[in-house]
Amino acid sequence: MAKVMGLTGKVMGLNGNAAVAYAMKQINPDVIAAYPITPQTDCVERFAEYVSEGLVNTQFVTVESEHSAMSACIGAAAAGGRVMTATAANGLALMWEMLYIASSMRLPIVMMVTNRALSGNINIHCDHSDTMGARDAGWIQLFSENAQEAYDNIIQAVKIAEDLEVRLPVMVTQDGFIISHAVEQVKVLDDDLVQEFVGAYKPAYPLLDVTHPVTYGPLDLFDYYFEHKRSQIEAIDNCFPVIRRVGEEFGKISGRKYDLLETYKLEDAEYVVVALGSTCGTAKEAVNLLREKGKKVGLLKIRCFRPFPKEEIIKALVPRRGVAVLDRSVSFGGFGGPVFTEIRSALCDAPARPFIIDFFYGLGGRDIYVEDIEKALLQIEDVVQKGQVDQYIGYLGLRE
Amino acid sequence: MDNPFDLSSDIAWCPGCGNFAILKALKSTLSELNYEPHEVVLVSGIGQAAKIPHYLRVNVFNGLHGRSIPVAFAVKSANPRLVVIAESGDGCMYGEGGNHFVHAIRRNPDITVIVHNNQVYGLTKGQASPTSEEGFVSKVQTLGSLSAPFNPLSIAIAQDASFVARGFAGDIEKLKEILKQAITWPGFALVDVLQPCVTFNRVNTYTWYRERAYYLDVQYDPEDRVKAFEKSLEWGEKIPLGIFYRHRKPTYQEKFYALVSYPHLLYRERAVEEVLDRELQYFQ
Repeated sequence: MAKVMGLTGKVMGLNGNAAVAYAMKQINPDVIAAYPITPQTDCVERFAEYVSEGLVNTQFVTVESEHSAMSACIGAAAAGGRVMTATAANGLALMWEMLYIASSMRLPIVMMVTNRALSGNINIHCDHSDTMGARDAGWIQLFSENAQEAYDNIIQAVKIAEDLEVRLPVMVTQDGFIISHAVEQVKVLDDDLVQEFVGAYKPAYPLLDVTHPVTYGPLDLFDYYFEHKRSQIEAIDNCFPVIRRVGEEFGKISGRKYDLLETYKLEDAEYVVVALGSTCGTAKEAVNLLREKGKKVGLLKIRCFRPFPKEEIIKALVPRRGVAVLDRSVSFGGFGGPVFTEIRSALCDAPARPFIIDFFYGLGGRDIYVEDIEKALLQIEDVVQKGQVDQYIGYLGLRE
Repeated sequence: MDNPFDLSSDIAWCPGCGNFAILKALKSTLSELNYEPHEVVLVSGIGQAAKIPHYLRVNVFNGLHGRSIPVAFAVKSANPRLVVIAESGDGCMYGEGGNHFVHAIRRNPDITVIVHNNQVYGLTKGQASPTSEEGFVSKVQTLGSLSAPFNPLSIAIAQDASFVARGFAGDIEKLKEILKQAITWPGFALVDVLQPCVTFNRVNTYTWYRERAYYLDVQYDPEDRVKAFEKSLEWGEKIPLGIFYRHRKPTYQEKFYALVSYPHLLYRERAVEEVLDRELQYFQ
């Protein structure tokens, strides 16, 4: 077994689902409740094997729908358990009302979402419409570029969610099939190290603490609901230091440090592409090829989309001349996709703003190629040179 | 003779799947009942069974997992001239769609619900489904399913469903007879079809069913609800097939005043034209 940068651990050949299942095994949560849905099923199935082999102490609950899966997670978390689940697409959509209950009750549930297009029509392949639809539900959202990051993010998510400064649920995403079903080399940590990193779970206000009875979710009308939402706003806004600290601590044990964003050849870049998930790997190649041709281009990868790291994004993008945002989901009738809208809004008050354009791409699993991203970067260069935007919203890889 | 419901398309089921027989039985039934493809709507959800509308020439509504029954109910209400069939698997109809199943029976819409019951999740590759036997071992339920199986027939009869039957994919001729009666029955008609899954269910195989299944005989009275309930509990050594229960009662379409007395959506276009004609005559 190869040693990783002098640290403990080994390299395994795992797809994204297997990497997350392996991390879940090492975390050894108290409860997992899930319902099968492509392309997530593989992850939960692998976890079920760990259960049957007696490698975990998890209560593994199979249910009749994702709504019930999230409900069971909420019940178990309120009771005081360390709780995880996984889903995709319409499974996440069916959880919708329960997502809000989980975040409002400040229950630190960790969920892996294998990104898949929402119906209709039926499609089982990757886009971000599922996760982006849940972006306002009060969950922290961490995107992964590859199986390694999915593994790393899941472990960090537990520590982030359970931090007393946070106490919020976390969604860790990986692109369906592109990451979830592609086998990569994944450097895994030793079981003991993962256990030590996440630490023993100390529930806050558990229902099972019968000597301190508590109430979850009572009627909360115009008298206090607003104040409670205000505290939730503050809670998620306060997560940044914790997400960063956990990312740094994770770096110390793994050699892989994480931040809210990742920059690639950005220092002197004039033109930048912004992306999330597996596309960032493709974008790095596009940046390399254009750099070889003398173009000053770079990539800004958003790892943490919720909470939205506004300050860091301003810092990364304001010095640029042009920004091409890649959106893998549509906000129908909106001005561009969700990533574009947030970025434009964040840069609104900057004294000198770059030109910003948006590209929809990859809906329903449509492949994105290096050339597509080069095209996006060359287009923003063209916009800057002309000094005006003729078209804010473009499409990559679309037949029309 | 060519069956007007035949459609040449690639079929994404495993060789030997019980779904092929159900597809064949359904196509023959619709053809022998002299329906035209344009008169039939097949509504399905998600799952292997839910692919069936793609494989025959009919109007298709393929929606979400578990949600075929409410859509079928609404289609029938909007256009009562259509033959409306909701068709999906046990996971879709009895699991995620279980709530719809129970409450549709209460309303008694004139639709047929055909459930391919293979006692396993086929599309997601072999987990225990709502009708899996307790102890059924799968890749997820490695120590066996802990839940008691859902009994669709008992639940339907307990709810006084208008028509309740069970068929077997291993007997196309008899299945056709059952489907014919179900489809022409006015009111909610359930046909639970035992469907061997050759890939993921190695317990409830063709042989397993053949050794146990028998048809209710001519002495059996499908009008007797208590007897029907008793029969619906029979499972294991002996598994009854056929029409368990029949009870003619007003359908939702017959009971709901708006659907009886007012023009259905079907007539809306014509109604608008009539109003327009009337209004326009003042300008002539």
